[in-house]
Amino acid sequence: MTSHTTMTATTATTGTATAPNASAGNTHTIVLVGHGMVGQHFLESLAERGLTATHRVVVLCEEPRPAYDRVRLTSYFSGRTPDELSLTDAEFIKEHGIELHLGDPAESVDRAARTVTARSGLTVGYDTLVLATGSYPFVPPVPGKDAEGCFVYRTIEDLLAIEEYAKARATTGAVVGGGLLGLEAAGALKGLGLATHIVEFAPRLMPVQVDEGGGAALLRTIEDMGLSVHTGTGTQEIVTGDDGAVTGMKLSDGSELPTDLVVFSAGVRPRDQLARAMGLTVGERGGITVDEQCRTSDPAVFAIGECALAADGRVYGLVAPGYEMAATAAATIAADGASFTGADLSTKLKLLGVDVASFGDAHGATADCLDVVYADARSGIYKKLVIGRDGRLLGGILVGDADAYGTLRAFTGSVPPIAPEQLVLPASAGAPVALGPSALPDSAVICSCHNVTKGTIRGAVTEHSCTNVPEVKKCTKAGTGCGSCVKVLGQLVNEELAASGVEVDHGLCGCFGQTREELYEIVLALRITSYRTLLDRYGREDARGGDGCEVCKPAVGSVIASLAPTIGADGYVLAGEQAALQDTNDHFLANLQKNGSYSIVPRIPGGEITPEKLIVIGEVARDFGLYTKITGGQRIDLFGARVEQLPLIWARLVDAGFESGHAYGKSLRTVKSCVGQTWCRYGVQDSVRMAIDLELRYRGLRSPHKLKSAVSGCARECAEAQSKDFGIIATSNGWNLYVGGNGGATPRHADLLAQDLSDAELVRLIDRFLMFYIRTADRLERTSTWLERIPGGLDHVREVVVEDSLGICEELESLMTAHVAGYRDEWAETINDPEKLGRFVSFVNAPDTPDPVVGFVPERDQIKPDLPLLTIGQRPLEGSAQR
Amino acid sequence: MTLAPETTRTTTALTLQLLLEDGWFTVCELSLLTPGRGVAALLPDGRQVALFTDRAGRTYAIDNRDPFSGAAVLSRGLTGTHRGRPFVASPLLKQRFDLESGRCLDDEGVRVATYEVRAA
Repeated sequence: MTSHTTMTATTATTGTATAPNASAGNTHTIVLVGHGMVGQHFLESLAERGLTATHRVVVLCEEPRPAYDRVRLTSYFSGRTPDELSLTDAEFIKEHGIELHLGDPAESVDRAARTVTARSGLTVGYDTLVLATGSYPFVPPVPGKDAEGCFVYRTIEDLLAIEEYAKARATTGAVVGGGLLGLEAAGALKGLGLATHIVEFAPRLMPVQVDEGGGAALLRTIEDMGLSVHTGTGTQEIVTGDDGAVTGMKLSDGSELPTDLVVFSAGVRPRDQLARAMGLTVGERGGITVDEQCRTSDPAVFAIGECALAADGRVYGLVAPGYEMAATAAATIAADGASFTGADLSTKLKLLGVDVASFGDAHGATADCLDVVYADARSGIYKKLVIGRDGRLLGGILVGDADAYGTLRAFTGSVPPIAPEQLVLPASAGAPVALGPSALPDSAVICSCHNVTKGTIRGAVTEHSCTNVPEVKKCTKAGTGCGSCVKVLGQLVNEELAASGVEVDHGLCGCFGQTREELYEIVLALRITSYRTLLDRYGREDARGGDGCEVCKPAVGSVIASLAPTIGADGYVLAGEQAALQDTNDHFLANLQKNGSYSIVPRIPGGEITPEKLIVIGEVARDFGLYTKITGGQRIDLFGARVEQLPLIWARLVDAGFESGHAYGKSLRTVKSCVGQTWCRYGVQDSVRMAIDLELRYRGLRSPHKLKSAVSGCARECAEAQSKDFGIIATSNGWNLYVGGNGGATPRHADLLAQDLSDAELVRLIDRFLMFYIRTADRLERTSTWLERIPGGLDHVREVVVEDSLGICEELESLMTAHVAGYRDEWAETINDPEKLGRFVSFVNAPDTPDPVVGFVPERDQIKPDLPLLTIGQRPLEGSAQR
Repeated sequence: MTLAPETTRTTTALTLQLLLEDGWFTVCELSLLTPGRGVAALLPDGRQVALFTDRAGRTYAIDNRDPFSGAAVLSRGLTGTHRGRPFVASPLLKQRFDLESGRCLDDEGVRVATYEVRAA
């Protein structure tokens, strides 16, 4: 290697020191200290202005991972992985030639020499230095604060440490601080299954964002979730045991709260230590003093985000002002005029599942302002608007229902077009149709994180040809910050699309221009019982008369099967033309496995089975040499049946009183249950009987996707009902019905639809819910995604199925009644039909010959597929017909 | 090549025949096929063929082995029309195969063997 002068940027700096001020020839070097959300936004702002192409950019990051979404940290407990929280894609860093040093924080700065030295010893010369060091959690100076079991809640690493400790040795956790971060932390502890306490010094929760009324609504809702809240209470000491680990806390009221784990979340402080050591001016109460361009007292040094004390004398702890500062600093470096003079502190959050929003002058600090308040303590809803004497909306607080946040915030500062009380009253209390975003002026800011106006969003549709929300998000960045505006964004995009006459193709597939929901309505209204008729009459022009496709055939087959008794179709999925529509699993009434063999799941309602029946399953499995496994749904799966064996196996099972378990269908699978009140000392209802009743009621119901259910006999929830499409949990007064839960790849906790239902009320509500889902869901859309997708979400579903807002409940119930009355066991029907049985052969010309590719080898005293048989390719199998 | 069944014959049931190296091989009666679904046939040398018929009564034959999984299951897939051409979707991982050319519509490099078939 020879050293020579180069005029181009070099990237060879990792771990080596470059000469002070010799930042790679004449290239201007920008060093960013800190790669959090604001730091990343600064990099993106540089890239947008083309500065990454003309400048060398070096980033020193303390954490071992690049910027991630700290705002959504708690979503780790609802299944988001650290990778999914990432805000940085490796492509971006690479494409812009950014030198990113992870796990290597800046330790000192020599302002005279203009160099930064990192912990590893790496020294980088800079022309411009940007500090984005963020903040650190404030830990009150109480005795014992450093004991084992005490944590803060700020980084992914904090979260992983809390998780590890909680799993190993904690059943109870306490959070010091009932503000925004404290509630986030409490949500995390609850997510870890700990009995959770919140200790807040102020007389209410979230004292900064909400007033007394909002705090009360929040308190009630959070206590209803089973969290214990201690407001107006200080923490005096952390009590430890003999091993030095936390055992409790001494509180200011003299009591002691036993706890295994403490999370301090009592606010944050700007991380200005590096700036202090550099000799930069800092505020009296901390924060690096900056001007409106985000420059510190050294013009070569900028500070942005939570570490900065802005020109208006405030330290901003929210991401939106941080982003604005990042953009301001980048613009200033590019010599464009920009300034940050202060920001709106509006926030909308979902804390512990509760919507909390505050915007504008939330506490009514303006002289002569008046409040308009709507409070429904029973539902945990509190809404307050602050109105000026001139009628202008100045600000407000929303707790429990913040749907109107996007619209209200955009109206802040102007006189809303309708009376203020109508903006907060619920629809059921006589409020007119909610004020849509169409009423907003183009200058209204829709996304405050990225400062995107309604006009810009409209432009994305009209000028940049965006046709959906993801495209608009990509084009404008709106909705990519905190996400609170996505709902309004969706409404705006749809309105704009409709206005510009853009046809959006929501068709089911290449054969049908209609959605599944529209096809359902056509089939129901016109009593269409044939796929061909539907295709030829309602298919796309060029698909009529054709053979359809693998997408619409099973979807239409399912709709016809769901509605069979009502429209006069045969309810049997293998009847006539319907047989040709079914996926292979439905066609053979069994589940196809990787080597072409099938598995069989007899129905075991509620997971309850007699010894005699258990023995039959064992005997059948033994006699046919099947692999046997217990399923997650409290049933038994028998694997390795050849297609010609299916009728023989089912003849034995039907004879012993079994029926199809529909494990192969997009239909009800199982209703799991715990043993319930009959045996369990905690049980409060007979969960097994209810599970059996429900499973027998909904068996065979064809739906857009599979349906899973469970019934738990008490709040301990042993049947895991909250992870099911419809889950039932017993209460001492009846049953609570949860809907839209899911396990699998995208877990979702079910939402509570209704409480303390009687048996009859429960069944009626499930009837309506399932039929409404079947009617309106897309193909292969589980209830969880359906609930998230449909406009109005859970509230809308509740209005329709509980309050009958559409007046269709009677129809939904009668459709279900018809289904229940029309149910027949598909397998019993099939083994009694010689023509249908003829299909269960491997070869049409050699009905007695098994498929030679389906072979098995032993494993753990059972069989498994002989995979080498599948890899023999196209070579002819010599004499295979005899094998 | 595919041929429409001759509808003038009434005396005997039509059979499906495949052209093999040594001439036409009779598989089964045409009536055993359901439009939109397939059946599998075993050839004398051990090969497996998937046979299909569509709404118009045209017949098709391709190798029964799904090249993606190795399992002999293509006869159990759903058929359809894509841009005017007939296809079958594998019941395992849903890749589609053109019933006339054997080409996989979802992976250009993959093709299955096709057979000449007729109803006679």
